[in-house]
Amino acid sequence: MFHWLTDPFTLSFMQRALVASLIVGVLCSVLGCYVVLKSMAFLGDALAHAILPGVAVAYLVGGNLLAGALVAALLVAFAVSFFTHEGTLKEDTAIGILFSAALSLGVVLISTIRTYATDLTHILFGNVLGVSRGDLILTGALAAVTLATVVALYKELLLVTFDPVLAHTLRRRPGLMRTLLLVLLALTVVVSLQTVGVGLVAAMLVTPGATAYLLTRRLSTMMLVAAGLGAAASVVGLYLSYYLDVASGAAVVLTATGFFVVAYLFAPRRGLVVRWARRGPRRAAGEGGAA
Amino acid sequence: MRRRPDERRSAEGVAVIRDRPQFAGTAAASREALKAHEALAVAAHEAQAPLDVDCVSVRYGGDAVLQEVSIKVAHGAQVAVVGPNGAGKSTLFKALVGLLPVRSGRILVHGRPAGGRADPVAYVPQREEIDWRFPVNVTDVVMMGRYGRTGWLRRPGSADRRAVADALALMDLSGLARRPISELSGGQQQRVFLARALAQEPHVLLLDEPFTGVDVTARQKTLEVLATLRERDVTVLVSTHDLELAATRFDRVVLLNRRVIAQGPPAYVLTTEHISEAFGAQAHVFQGMVVIDECCPPPGTIEER
Repeated sequence: MFHWLTDPFTLSFMQRALVASLIVGVLCSVLGCYVVLKSMAFLGDALAHAILPGVAVAYLVGGNLLAGALVAALLVAFAVSFFTHEGTLKEDTAIGILFSAALSLGVVLISTIRTYATDLTHILFGNVLGVSRGDLILTGALAAVTLATVVALYKELLLVTFDPVLAHTLRRRPGLMRTLLLVLLALTVVVSLQTVGVGLVAAMLVTPGATAYLLTRRLSTMMLVAAGLGAAASVVGLYLSYYLDVASGAAVVLTATGFFVVAYLFAPRRGLVVRWARRGPRRAAGEGGAA
Repeated sequence: MRRRPDERRSAEGVAVIRDRPQFAGTAAASREALKAHEALAVAAHEAQAPLDVDCVSVRYGGDAVLQEVSIKVAHGAQVAVVGPNGAGKSTLFKALVGLLPVRSGRILVHGRPAGGRADPVAYVPQREEIDWRFPVNVTDVVMMGRYGRTGWLRRPGSADRRAVADALALMDLSGLARRPISELSGGQQQRVFLARALAQEPHVLLLDEPFTGVDVTARQKTLEVLATLRERDVTVLVSTHDLELAATRFDRVVLLNRRVIAQGPPAYVLTTEHISEAFGAQAHVFQGMVVIDECCPPPGTIEER
């Protein structure tokens, strides 16, 4: 009776795809809460694109693509942290410069490759169905380290995102914590590449977090709800991809977007419908338009 | 929750002070007061002043915001820092907690250079510096005041929870403990900030414009807290536009406009001459009254962040 639910996962590559999607769904959503609250969506997107030269170099020297991506992402994270450290440059300016420079470097390197490799297109758009056992282990390990850090340093990361000034006066190393957050974000982006690809990482970072923001009132619950939404979007997206025969990364992102739209309309306190009912249709509509 | 400019104007539009003898005294009275102030300063030195600002200059983007400011505060004293917009009041406080680099001079807290690991200084910034839509509740925010004492990787313990509960009770916030901060009024936000500073159990407390744009309850609560802090011997610096308040509720006044115009007991500091010097074209004297026009800062002054 439930064959349609279990059928896809009799295939071993689909089992691996499911595990990888779940890991990425949860990891992106949890880190995405910081991205949403600190308006770092641009940074997430930039990190994803900045990975390209790392991947290209790894491909050219015949190394591990994921390792190349990781090195590039960490370099960009540190560079952003360095350029904004003394307040000489605004963060979005620094990101804009580094992002386009790294992307251009990536394009230059790729254009030297004669046979345009499918591996590189997979990096751009994700290929969760091609996840190998080794990839899965690496993905799982990086995700575990990242999530463990978020849990262990929950109070320090909360302090530095909510009130960096207090973090400073309490001598809680705000600069170090900010850099750590960037590194965690870089790890997350790299881990996500295989499932959703460079183009869609930002969506997975922002959408579940934004949905959870509409539904919750505390950071810890926001993270849990976001993780649940991210996991659900991954599973539902994978089914859609299997039965409709569409790209899996895009299917996952569209599912997450569907959740967001539902929450935006029907969230108990902040949803459009509730605001509509509470204040009369005209004002709520105006507010929605302005936001 | 941001205030609109016109609300701000009505909240602090015009400060009026009557030219009462206590703070516009004769030259003789002024000399008397100065003598008393000097005696206090000597005593403060002997008791290792909790706050000793020595010839401090701060620059902000090439602009000298503070020039050779020297302030020595006695243990447990309550000091009002008064001056026009852009006088450097916020800058002074930020320098005191090490948020801005000091160009020259030095700041000592209990005789030790500021910026050490366990500075017992709490700083309550102006409310606009926080994102009030952040998903945390009142207890979460006040608990953050304890993070300096809770070690890395540690969860807050029962002593921390007790300190938070006490601070909430003192600020009449116990009923709002689980309320998300996005649902607070401006005055309630101010009280949350104060509760958080109290939970820090500081020796020195810096309050930046706590009376600006808040309701009567928050104002009253802030004054009550000042009284409580006096009993606890906490040294307090408050920046304010309110000259009347500075004259009546504080032991000492520092009149600031980039440099210290005058400091000492209110009676010595708040004379017509000093006020005119600090506020410049914003101060109007007529018929024995000093009126500060805060509505439109004169051109050339920098709006303080």
